[in-house]
Amino acid sequence: MADLVSELKFRDPARARALGAALEREVRAVGHAPVRVMHVCGSHEQAIARFGLRAAFPRDLEVIMGPGCPVCITDMPEVDEAVALALDGKRIATYGDMLKVPGTSRSLADAQAEGARVDLVYSVTQAVELAERYPGEEVVFFATGFETTAVATAAAILAGVPANFSVLSAHKYIPPAMEIVAEMPDTRVEGFLAAGHAAAITGWAVFEPFVARHRIPVVVAGFEPLDVLAGLLRLVELVRRGTAEVVNMYPRVVTREGNRPAQEKLWKVFRLLGGRWRGIAHIPNGNLRLADAFAAVDARRRFRVDLSRLWDQAPPALAAKCICGDIMAGLKRPTDCELFGAGCGPDTPVGACMVSSEGSCRIWHTYGGVPDLREVGP
Amino acid sequence: MSSERVALKHGAGGRAMRSLIEEVFLPLGGPVDGVGLSALDDGAALRLGDRWLVVTTDSHVVQPVFFPGGDIGRLAVCGTVNDLAMMGCTEPLGLTCAVVLEEGFPRQELLRVRDSMRQACQEAGVAVITGDTKVMGKGEVDGIVLNTTGVGLAARVVRDDGLRPGDRILVTGPVGDHGFAVLARRRDLRLEGDLRSDVAPLNGLVRLALEVGGEDVVAMKDPTRGGLASVLHEFAHKAQVGILLDGPAVPVNPQTAAAAEILGIDPLLVANEGKAVLGVRPAAADRVLAALRGHPLGRQAAVVATALAERPGQVILDTGLGRRFLAEVEGDPLPRIC
Repeated sequence: MADLVSELKFRDPARARALGAALEREVRAVGHAPVRVMHVCGSHEQAIARFGLRAAFPRDLEVIMGPGCPVCITDMPEVDEAVALALDGKRIATYGDMLKVPGTSRSLADAQAEGARVDLVYSVTQAVELAERYPGEEVVFFATGFETTAVATAAAILAGVPANFSVLSAHKYIPPAMEIVAEMPDTRVEGFLAAGHAAAITGWAVFEPFVARHRIPVVVAGFEPLDVLAGLLRLVELVRRGTAEVVNMYPRVVTREGNRPAQEKLWKVFRLLGGRWRGIAHIPNGNLRLADAFAAVDARRRFRVDLSRLWDQAPPALAAKCICGDIMAGLKRPTDCELFGAGCGPDTPVGACMVSSEGSCRIWHTYGGVPDLREVGP
Repeated sequence: MSSERVALKHGAGGRAMRSLIEEVFLPLGGPVDGVGLSALDDGAALRLGDRWLVVTTDSHVVQPVFFPGGDIGRLAVCGTVNDLAMMGCTEPLGLTCAVVLEEGFPRQELLRVRDSMRQACQEAGVAVITGDTKVMGKGEVDGIVLNTTGVGLAARVVRDDGLRPGDRILVTGPVGDHGFAVLARRRDLRLEGDLRSDVAPLNGLVRLALEVGGEDVVAMKDPTRGGLASVLHEFAHKAQVGILLDGPAVPVNPQTAAAAEILGIDPLLVANEGKAVLGVRPAAADRVLAALRGHPLGRQAAVVATALAERPGQVILDTGLGRRFLAEVEGDPLPRIC
């Protein structure tokens, strides 16, 4: 891999070591331990895990994975809605990660095994193509993800969709979730690392009201290893200085204003509505639902969604022991869960955190959590 | 419920495949004088006087049948020649060839497959000595299935459980080429650059390593399904050593690295068909490396890992930026959403 690493300057080991050493000094200078910061993005956790960065973090720096996995925070009743529509004969199109996420009594994969039609797509465009290919069927796009994927959904709707196409929106909006986590009494988060791709759309100024209200610094960071390390270094520096402000460490992609045309599309098609994020809490303004002008493509308004028949079977007893919510709120670690690796694994997930490749339990299962591997070997 | 039926992951080369083999097929084995089924090595080795009779078998199913750098015919010959070589048998006595064809398979394509088998046989210095042909109805088999069995004699058998702490692990060249070449063709991904399978017979290269390294070559395996990661896990598990893999030292061709980055798939987990992984005593590592690099198929050989007394059974990847456990493949990764 030498060629690739040397060509990509955002993966340069020498710079990473220098950043790691600076981070170590900065954490020590804060004056208390541990220093607790949170990122709110599955892609950040992926980068941290894939490159083994936790082994390079100072021991007194806790980098918590917050509610940043869109699959994980999709609420059970939202999965139930998709399952009910699927069992009613609608063709469901959705992202691959959603297939195995457990609902109250069934996942979409279970519905598929019972004969329902569920298609995996990589983009909303493919879902629209499905509707064109099957004009005699109702195609419902079960839309999940944050601002990034919501914009794509909005753009597709504005571009015009076939009459047999509708959207079941489970899209979420990240900024309000940061508020809730910041307000949780036991979280003790001292700074947030915000996701660069979402901020590319919203602009980094979107975090200014949050910083003003909670007096907690926010650093916008990218997804290469050096992006993450440099973002953390800046964040800990803000913590040490007691400076609550927004700093953009991803200027090659993110601007203050963000992507205006994308924002216009987003807010034309969607409105904010409060709702539950799985396992965490009711998040005021946390859900993106279709605006009234687009009621015609809103699956919730086009169809009667009857969930009650899914509730005749109680959820499995194991589900009650799942602590995904506490993990995403930064209160617990995957290894604190009694189901982790004992009843809950990628093949038989109990909670959504074990399903998605961006879920903290799945990532810890794959990469082994945070064992201290620094001293191993010659 | 999922364990009631065989899934694709049971053939992917990872943990699921191992447990299927152990639960279902292991009871077929019995005591042998040498290396038998219970060793789950690349092949069997039966004592024959002061030498060893090495036997290995492999069925080949690949979609598409023709891919950049090779086809199912070349794959079938090389796969079996390489499995023999990994046991220490670098001069195969002969190959069998059993073919199952789907009704309607184009005769022209069959001739192409035959020709590339002949070409690969010439490169390996081996011939097909017997065979079998079956034709199934349309839809009963997917195009063509090829099975090859190889036999040969070896003066010394090299197992895959011989590592001791301190031993060095070498790979004979860039990893991931075969898997990405086939994947790109299968999904019709139009990626820039020349993604080509590395499929090649390794017996000549391995002979050279064994001549130079002798008894100091203590473990060998070819990183096919499951890639380099799977081999390292088997080495670590069978010898009960830890393994520390130096990620930046692992050779990867730039076009393969680019495809891996775009697809989000780790080249360490992807199949090779023309590479070997060798465990070597530390004193012989440089000597064996130099010998490998002197052969056309080993020009980019590298020392990539070290066996440890600590953390037996575990494989740790040093990425150059940090460290983590190296995971094994678990079926086909689901597409990510954002």
